[in-house]
Amino acid sequence: MSQDIFVVVEHLRGQVADISHVMLAGARALSQTSGGGVVAVLLGKDAQSLAANLAADRVLYVDSPALAEFTPDAYQLALAGLIQAQSPRAVLFGHTSVGMDVAGGLSAKLGIPVVSSCRSFTADGKFVCQICGGKIMAEGDLPAPTALVTMLAGGYKAEVGNQPPAVEAVPAPALDALRISIKQYIEPDTSDVDISKEPMLVAIGRGIQNKDNIELATELAEALGGQVCASRPVVDQGWLPTTRLVGKSGKRVKPKVYLALGISGAPEHVEGMDGSDIIVAVNTDPNAPIFNVAKYGTTMDLLDLAPILAERVRSAKGG
Amino acid sequence: MKIAVPVKFVPDLVEELTIDSSGAALDTAWLRLIINEFDDHAVEQAVILKERGGGEVAVLSAEADGVDDFLFTTAAKGADKLVKLTGDFSAVNNHALGKAFAEAIKTIQPDLVLTGVQAHNDLDGSLGPLLAEYLGMPFVGYVSGVTVSGDKVIARKEYSGGLVAEVEVKLPAVLGIQASETPPRYVAYSKIRQVMGTAKIDEQAAEGLDAASGVTVSRMFQPESAERAAMLEGSPEDVSDKLIGIFKEAGAL
Repeated sequence: MSQDIFVVVEHLRGQVADISHVMLAGARALSQTSGGGVVAVLLGKDAQSLAANLAADRVLYVDSPALAEFTPDAYQLALAGLIQAQSPRAVLFGHTSVGMDVAGGLSAKLGIPVVSSCRSFTADGKFVCQICGGKIMAEGDLPAPTALVTMLAGGYKAEVGNQPPAVEAVPAPALDALRISIKQYIEPDTSDVDISKEPMLVAIGRGIQNKDNIELATELAEALGGQVCASRPVVDQGWLPTTRLVGKSGKRVKPKVYLALGISGAPEHVEGMDGSDIIVAVNTDPNAPIFNVAKYGTTMDLLDLAPILAERVRSAKGG
Repeated sequence: MKIAVPVKFVPDLVEELTIDSSGAALDTAWLRLIINEFDDHAVEQAVILKERGGGEVAVLSAEADGVDDFLFTTAAKGADKLVKLTGDFSAVNNHALGKAFAEAIKTIQPDLVLTGVQAHNDLDGSLGPLLAEYLGMPFVGYVSGVTVSGDKVIARKEYSGGLVAEVEVKLPAVLGIQASETPPRYVAYSKIRQVMGTAKIDEQAAEGLDAASGVTVSRMFQPESAERAAMLEGSPEDVSDKLIGIFKEAGAL
């Protein structure tokens, strides 16, 4: 048993995902209370070079052809033995398409508790989770002796190491009888405008209510000389294409102005837009978490505001 | 092909959420429960697969207010079998729910299990991967499209930034659905009423529900923000003029 904090490094196609650097910062904070070190766990095939800028005290590297691509079952098998053998104080995963696929199964397999949607740790080592679309925080003692944790992006600033950490190769266990394989990757569609490069974005969420109202946002964006983008529910309804999606599974945007219309501000969305210069939120729910990240806000109904704002922008521009 | 869809009810976020007197849980007295929206997409994806390739869809839920109506709605959409697990689910976590679902699903022996990729109140991991482990099946989540091909499926798995992978998974398997290929369909109330006359909800008692998941919350609170938004007041015209000033200052107009 150790007091080390493990971070399962998330990487795809030769690139370490930003969440890995965020988790390393979180692990550093947690290690102050646990008294252990920060250990990055890197799984891959000829991927050792990815360890170079990890802000970890040391790196455990497992190399196997079965780990060339991320698949939930190979990752789970490789990690199960490692966690059992080393019994770290905590193992951090991204609360992502990679981490969530692995952490839950490991919890059930190994009988180790998993804490999900963790945003940060308190100074005395408690977990702080953000649930209910960002409206509720839940705090508690980190399960002992070992806890699995899936981490949200918003709690820590990504930390990059300034010197390559020591890398220790760990032999891979037998990774056979695998039932999951990657056939191919499909690149994001680039035929539409790239919202990540737009300085003015009008973003719509569930508050837009129906497809017919999309036009209000489009007209407003046009008047402002910007583009329309959206949170997940709007895209899942098929009201806007996925190229306009902002958030965890969509684009990360950083416009001068992000005008959020009827968006509640769930962490999955905020992660994609919190780099905007100025966020303005329009939401009838005064408790919407979006007001915690916005600089300006109003509880006015977007359906009342959007047409009048569009009209006044047009006249202000003298058009 | 047999498809099982275990679903979960969650607090409706449109309602105001309050913390109970213990300070460590939501006040359930005024809580309105609705279907986890990702589970709604999982039901839709199951019905899409049935329409495309035939088969049988079973929808399973733990008992809660509104569950019967929801189950009948899924029958009106095309579900063939409706299962309601009974027991005290008031403080149940996903580990216990997963075990209860696993027992019920084993008797169905499905080729495929579809469930929502997550729910907004998950604290001890999402249901899908736990369930997969209890069933001894592989799991892939963040799926937004499924194609069946013999004893395998090709799942469209989403990653950050819009990257998608086509993942081949051997059946039987559990998939965590992010979004169905087309949005959940609307069914007219008259059709649901019609189904209520013929469809039957199979009630099964869930035994040994363990309220301890190993994750214990000692305090719940609403997020505190160091800098909450400055609120703009006045008529739509006033607010518009203030916004125009803000946009100009930001150099966006």
